[in-house]
Amino acid sequence: MPSGILLLCVARRLALAGVPMTELQNRKDTSLSAIAAADTLDAVEALRIDALGKQGWISQLLKTLGKMSPEERQAQAPVIQAARGEVADALAQRKQALEHAALEQRLVAETMDLSLPAPDSPRGTVHPVSQVMDELAEIFADLGFSVATGPEIEDEWHNFSALNMPESHPARAMHDTFYFPDHDADGRRMLLRTHTSPVQIRTMIEGGAPVRIIAPGRVYRSDSDATHTPMFHQIEGLVIDKDIHLGHLKWTLETFLKAFFERNDIVLRLRPSYFPFTEPSVEVDVGFAVEKGADGKDRRVLGGSGDAPGHAWMELLGSGMVNRRVIEMSGLDPDEWQGFAFGVGVDRLAMLKYGMDDLRAFFDGDVRWLQHYGFSPFDQPTLSAGVGASA
Amino acid sequence: MKFSLTWLKDHLDTDASPAEIAAALNRIGLEVEGMEDPAERLAGFRIARVLTAAPHPDADKLQVLTVDTGEGDPLQVVCGAPNARAGMKGVLGLPGAVVPANGMELRKSAIRGVESNGMMCSVRELELGDEHDGIIELPDDAPVGTGFAEYHGASPVFDVAITPNRPDCMGVYGIARDLAAAGIGTLKPLPVPQFAVSGACPVEIRTDDAQGCPAFYGRTIKGVTNGSAPEWMQQRLISAGQRPISALVDITNYVMLAYGRPAHAYDTAKLTGAVVARRAADGETVLALNEKTYTLTPEMTVIADDHGVHDIAGIMGGEDSGCSDNTSEVLLEVAYFDPERIGATGRALGLTSDARGRFERGVDPAFLDDGLAILTGLILDICGGEASEPVHAGAPPTERKTVNYTPCLAETLGGVAIAEDEQRATLASLGFEVADDWTVTVPTWRPDVDGAPDIVEEVVRIHGLDSIQSVPLARKDGVALPTATPQQVLERRLRRAAAARGLNEAVTWSFLPTADASHFAQEGQPLWVLDNPISEDMKAMRPSLLPGLLSAARRNLDRGADGLRLFEVGRRYFRNADGSSDERLTLGVILAGDKSPRSWAQTVNGGKSAAFDAYDAKAEAMALLAEAGAPVDKLQVMGDAGDQFHPGQSGTLRLGPKNVLARFGALHPLTLAAFDVAGPVVAVELFLDAIPGKKGAASFARPAYSPPALQSVMRDFAFLVPASLPAGDLLRVVKGADKANIVDARIFDDFRGAGVPEGSKSIALEVTLQPGDKTYKDEDLKAITDKVVTAAAKLGAELRG
Repeated sequence: MPSGILLLCVARRLALAGVPMTELQNRKDTSLSAIAAADTLDAVEALRIDALGKQGWISQLLKTLGKMSPEERQAQAPVIQAARGEVADALAQRKQALEHAALEQRLVAETMDLSLPAPDSPRGTVHPVSQVMDELAEIFADLGFSVATGPEIEDEWHNFSALNMPESHPARAMHDTFYFPDHDADGRRMLLRTHTSPVQIRTMIEGGAPVRIIAPGRVYRSDSDATHTPMFHQIEGLVIDKDIHLGHLKWTLETFLKAFFERNDIVLRLRPSYFPFTEPSVEVDVGFAVEKGADGKDRRVLGGSGDAPGHAWMELLGSGMVNRRVIEMSGLDPDEWQGFAFGVGVDRLAMLKYGMDDLRAFFDGDVRWLQHYGFSPFDQPTLSAGVGASA
Repeated sequence: MKFSLTWLKDHLDTDASPAEIAAALNRIGLEVEGMEDPAERLAGFRIARVLTAAPHPDADKLQVLTVDTGEGDPLQVVCGAPNARAGMKGVLGLPGAVVPANGMELRKSAIRGVESNGMMCSVRELELGDEHDGIIELPDDAPVGTGFAEYHGASPVFDVAITPNRPDCMGVYGIARDLAAAGIGTLKPLPVPQFAVSGACPVEIRTDDAQGCPAFYGRTIKGVTNGSAPEWMQQRLISAGQRPISALVDITNYVMLAYGRPAHAYDTAKLTGAVVARRAADGETVLALNEKTYTLTPEMTVIADDHGVHDIAGIMGGEDSGCSDNTSEVLLEVAYFDPERIGATGRALGLTSDARGRFERGVDPAFLDDGLAILTGLILDICGGEASEPVHAGAPPTERKTVNYTPCLAETLGGVAIAEDEQRATLASLGFEVADDWTVTVPTWRPDVDGAPDIVEEVVRIHGLDSIQSVPLARKDGVALPTATPQQVLERRLRRAAAARGLNEAVTWSFLPTADASHFAQEGQPLWVLDNPISEDMKAMRPSLLPGLLSAARRNLDRGADGLRLFEVGRRYFRNADGSSDERLTLGVILAGDKSPRSWAQTVNGGKSAAFDAYDAKAEAMALLAEAGAPVDKLQVMGDAGDQFHPGQSGTLRLGPKNVLARFGALHPLTLAAFDVAGPVVAVELFLDAIPGKKGAASFARPAYSPPALQSVMRDFAFLVPASLPAGDLLRVVKGADKANIVDARIFDDFRGAGVPEGSKSIALEVTLQPGDKTYKDEDLKAITDKVVTAAAKLGAELRG
């Protein structure tokens, strides 16, 4: 059969079923344009019922298929199904478009003024003294120094006598000591330690030798002005071994100060001095220059020789080879063991590194100061990230 | 110790510049604290002659001078000094010069309408002395136009810090010796003078206290005239910071400063009988030269005559026998006093002096004769008179110490290898004698040297510490183990945890006003109270971290801070039974002011600011204890936080009945009143020493765990309980009702009111159940529910319908 004839047949059969092809086309077009024009979800739903609902015209047409002869069905089914598909797609699309528009409208209504501040979690801070203590512990851990501690309320023996400062020693007077009326069980007068050096004695007595420790902590002297407070912080270093000499002391101080200030150009000047607990005793100066900071203020910046143009020396710390008597009083044989000790002000180190200029402010607890000079808890000093916390 | 370059050159033959000398002093351990060149201070002042002097037209006390400055036309100068007159020579400050005494820069100005082109200066204005009665009058031969500094012989002045071990350098001569050893010039011999003596000393001198005063040398000089010391001596004393007084006093001071040898001159006319070094009688008094009266004890050595004490030996002379303008005969005292005795006496009397400083450090016991001779010679030269023969009472301890030294110690202890020849030379130039076997004999003026390390110090410091090379410490083999103790690690961890929770770390004083400390004192723990506090506000050691933080909070609130979150990690100070110190590491927290400020957001407290309450304190305590590794689930909240806390809004967190890990809560209104802080303020104290450490060896591996395959199940329960029952108790029994199934329980409601009988409350809990291998069946859930209800019933809880 030529195809023209078949087409004719189909048209006729459709007509026979009561829905001429043109009508189907018309109804479909009507539905599609109505769908396109629908402006609410309700209208879309109504049109869905009109076309695809149980009584919808497409549903009705689909029902007629059952009564058709196989040939008719074969001819008509694709046409009706195609119309159904087209209408269903149009409905779905329209619905989605309307839903989308509605969502957009809702979101516009939900607009917030995000320039308003978000709820604030308070910012906490670590005190510069603690931060610097942590930095020092980190640096010295790398050099193999453990951290030791001792009491702040000491007895006269540990603070003075064992450190080769007998009662009559003039150096005692230089210490501006705070005394208590109390005595310990051995009749020793109690006092506030004037330095961290008694920890040397306690460490050697308790642990023997060799020793490689730092001892940070609070110390007290009866002194008060812009650069002295009656309480301040010190860190003590002690190395006792068989063959330790001043060269090791120099290396240790250089290494520690370079690591602390993160500068390779730190230059030290060693000067002979006197401390009863060391012999020889060495006062250590460090070279610095005065530079203008970003804030326009003059600031002492460590680095370079103090003899270089525009530079000078500042006293930084006291040190020396541990006096034989101190080693002896700590229960060790000074013919077998020798070593060095040093003591440096922690507050001072903090001021030099982080730029504070008034020591008294350290102990006032002014939150404005604490938040300005304090450190984030996550500024934990580490060797890999750098021990210092940049501004 | 201050001295001028001219003075130094009396003893040191050197061409070194002042800068070279200063550098050398620093290098050898005589730290230069300052150097001042008076020539700089006196720049702009020159010698001038007054040509005419006429009364000021408008001021009675002023004169108008014309002054010849040596160049150009005479200048007109207005002057108020009564001694200004035509023909005299004086010192003129030109415009631009800065007056040393007051820092004022001179300018051309009009004084009462009359132009003045400078200032004629007084002694005091140029800081050359105290005199201010008139302007300086110079001799006729003073060259007009010459700079005054040059004419005056102004010499740079060194201010050197002498360490307490170097009494020998508390005199210019000792410093010259050290400099000579360091290669800065040659030490000149001691200028011990020769003079005639006439007759025995008419005053008996004795030492009755051989221990305190082993040697008392002296002599009289009769026929002296006590005027002013010569200009050169006055200048040196002024450069050393001493005020010239009279020739006799100035000469003793001069000998002390030049040779480190204190001496005393008594006016013989004011003495009666023998002059004796003896112990003071108990309660004996003396009026000292500082015009204060001191009451003495038998431990103190004095110099006395038949009438009484004239001198606190080695520390300060007495007012009654001091030299005056009328003194015509003096008794000189050059003694050796026991250093310890001097120190003890000085401390007991609270009296310091230049003499004490030297005697207690140890003056040269072998320098008594020479010292006396030098002192006598100067007096004879300056004041005239006739010297008696010297008297020697007792003998000083001049025995010299010896030290066994090994030259290699310079390297093994000092870190620098120094040739043996150099070491010998250095020691010799410092006055040490070195035997062939390196036995070193110590000079009498070096009481500090008594061991080989001291010798190392001598050779190394003169050689120069700058030649010490850095030598690395050996790195320890093996794995780097933690260098901090567990408690230090805990302290660091908690500090950063607290800061991460928004708290600001403060460091407050360890000492408090006694009242503040008492307010927080613990029963049975007497406070540590200082004998000699720097102020009453820093007197008692803190028994708690809270008072210091509370005061810091007050200061902040007074400055206008809104909300404060402060913490501190530090020690509280208690006592052990044996009297030693018991210092306990503690973390304190203070939350004060606004917890949250007013807000635009209504969701936060209806937009209103909120205050902190006891739960905020509890939250900090629990969070920090959890961070510290404390078993927070096992902690019990109990009362008894202390009188400082609100009795109904505070508690302790305990592990077992006795171990208090923390206390927290709102502070008592009376505490706030005592500290003058507006409330509410809440606080926490964490007792770090009470937190149990980890047991057993450190291990990194954790217990095995895999998340359960089955989903957990929630069940809500509401119980009626007595209003007085702590909800935490209910929570604990519910959690414990079926440990196999109940993994968590949470209180989500605490209700009193409609539907709840008076005296009861309704507590609602959400219980999380975790099935094991199989999902729960209805009967499983029923069984668990029954267990919960039964357990709760033991506390009087009744399941609400």
